[in-house]
Amino acid sequence: MAQEIKLPEGLGDLSTMSQTVDEAAGLPFDLSGFLESRIGTRLQKDALEKDTSIGEMRLQVGIEKEFDSLTFNLVSDFIYDPVQDRYAVDLETGQGVVDLREANVVFSPLDFMDVKLGRQILTWGTGDLLFINDLFPKDWNSFFIGRDDEYLKGPSDAIKTALFFGDYNLDIIYVPRFDADRFIDGTRLSFFDRAQGSLSGENPVLANPPDKWFGDDELSLRFYGSIGAFETALYYYNGYWKSPAGQNFITGLAEFPKLQVFGASARGPVGKGIGSVEVGYYKSADGAASNPLVRNSEFRFLVGYEQEIGTELTGSVQYYLERKSDYDQYVASLPVGAIQDRRDRHMFTLRLTKLLMQQDLRLSLFNFYSPSDKDGYLRLKAAYKIRDNITAEIGGNVFYGQKIYSFFGQFKDNSNIFAALHYDF
Amino acid sequence: MKHMLKLFLLLPLFWAVPAHAIDVMDVVKKANHMSYYQANDGRAKVNMRIIDAQGRTRVREFIILRRDDDDTDTGQRFYVYFNKPADVKKMVFMVIKNMDRGDDRWLYLPALDLVKRIAASDERTSFVGSNFYYEDVSGRGINEDTHTLVKEDDNYYIIKSIPKDPQAVEFASYKSWIHKSTFLPIKTEYYDAAGEKLRSYSALKVDMVDGYPTVTASSMEDHKTGGKTLMNYSAVKYNVGLPENIFTERYLRKAPRKYLR
Repeated sequence: MAQEIKLPEGLGDLSTMSQTVDEAAGLPFDLSGFLESRIGTRLQKDALEKDTSIGEMRLQVGIEKEFDSLTFNLVSDFIYDPVQDRYAVDLETGQGVVDLREANVVFSPLDFMDVKLGRQILTWGTGDLLFINDLFPKDWNSFFIGRDDEYLKGPSDAIKTALFFGDYNLDIIYVPRFDADRFIDGTRLSFFDRAQGSLSGENPVLANPPDKWFGDDELSLRFYGSIGAFETALYYYNGYWKSPAGQNFITGLAEFPKLQVFGASARGPVGKGIGSVEVGYYKSADGAASNPLVRNSEFRFLVGYEQEIGTELTGSVQYYLERKSDYDQYVASLPVGAIQDRRDRHMFTLRLTKLLMQQDLRLSLFNFYSPSDKDGYLRLKAAYKIRDNITAEIGGNVFYGQKIYSFFGQFKDNSNIFAALHYDF
Repeated sequence: MKHMLKLFLLLPLFWAVPAHAIDVMDVVKKANHMSYYQANDGRAKVNMRIIDAQGRTRVREFIILRRDDDDTDTGQRFYVYFNKPADVKKMVFMVIKNMDRGDDRWLYLPALDLVKRIAASDERTSFVGSNFYYEDVSGRGINEDTHTLVKEDDNYYIIKSIPKDPQAVEFASYKSWIHKSTFLPIKTEYYDAAGEKLRSYSALKVDMVDGYPTVTASSMEDHKTGGKTLMNYSAVKYNVGLPENIFTERYLRKAPRKYLR
């Protein structure tokens, strides 16, 4: 097998590389973003909502500008959404033609300190689509109607101070005015209204959010470090339940009761994969135990494991528990005829992700199943990259359950399929 | 006296071996050093063109920062910052290569501000959809194969390597052409059990950068699918002085601009 292997260019007489300098970019800042259209339909009639579950054109523009010692970030979405059909801009709820996702400056006033000031997306914790100590705003509407995963996170208007002491680090996040979840309020998705005892849609829940600057504020702390190969963290949160978890006794309006959370997590290699565990104690407002109008304190627990299980195939499983702390008092305080929740809510999740065609085709499945609520939620998605910057996507969100009032069961009429065409620049 | 005699008896044996005789493990070690461990650290901008059998091209562009734990050519840290394609722009992939256990890997997704720990995958699967495998990019342990020097000519040591654990890999053997004066692998061919070529790597261009001979263009061809990937390095720099803490969660969330420019 005689084979002539030619010397590669340059090896004959090694010369110093003439390093090509990148041509200066045309813009004085870094620009990125995408344009997409996304359309979806309910799989069944919902008397309370439109058949079209999603129908929108979305342009995202991201601008990043670096100065000597600080970086400025701006990310904003511009949306044409005839399904919602509301064009007045509300930057808090993200409704209307503009959804400002990021507008912040990042700087390091000290060697061991990073500060991010302004509107930002925040995430921490170890769960996969389940959150215990991550009390930053979630957008459940986007999540359930088939927008990209990034929209599960709503923005926070916050100052994040990160301190690095080597082995141990501390994040301090202060939100001067409470940022609620973009919770299910009936405008896009129907839900079970326990106060009414029936499904509700179109008529938004009249929430009464804490909205005083510097009065109704939130504080999130994370103290973290590695122990060997394991990443460990302690968490603290002081603020409000992020979605309505109470009702005003007099007005009947939905409320966000006070909430404190104490938690911890660990994550690291286990066997061939990654294992994680997270706990949290949700301390609800004073008197919650015996007040049927305020959600009880809870203990929450999560354990997860992810591993590659085949060629370009990854699988993960999680077990999640929510346990009411003062269950006897909760039961005793319930009005006659009220729906009585179990003490424990158990949930299992399964994720499978398969890459095909040189990673151009991505198939994913995520299933939530609760044996205690006897309900669940299946997310399916296939995304194919037609070119480097064009992706076509189809998917479905299927809710199932026996009870009309259970967490996922209430959304049965919202089961939907969607398709999207996405162009990145 | 007795010892002297022994020595004389042995002498002709030594002479029979060519003057430049070299231990095969020595070549393998040096080649491994030249491919993955030159200088204490390094930075490069990588452009990958993934071309399938139909000629369709995909482009990946990223900046790679590498820091060696010490001078023993073992533990290393990698920070990979993506620029292209646009949907993965600003995403970061970080690896801590351990010798005593599997690698630690993280992915940072900027749109969610999510630091995700990811399970170490099969080292012999595609790196970012290219024809290069993870192991081609980060290096294959030199003790995972049995190496034999099969031939040498004016330019190359030609080494055949057979995996100690054939179940763990897709190939039955591979052959490398190691350039004699630089110890750079210039060509590597992977074969299946029938001796058919599976994939072949070629160094296409070598430059001297900061005093280190460096492969600045290479290709990996997949003979089964007909696809290939061209990899080009630019803005290569050695001994950048990367601090160890670049490879921590802090810099996943806040890209170390200074070293990425």
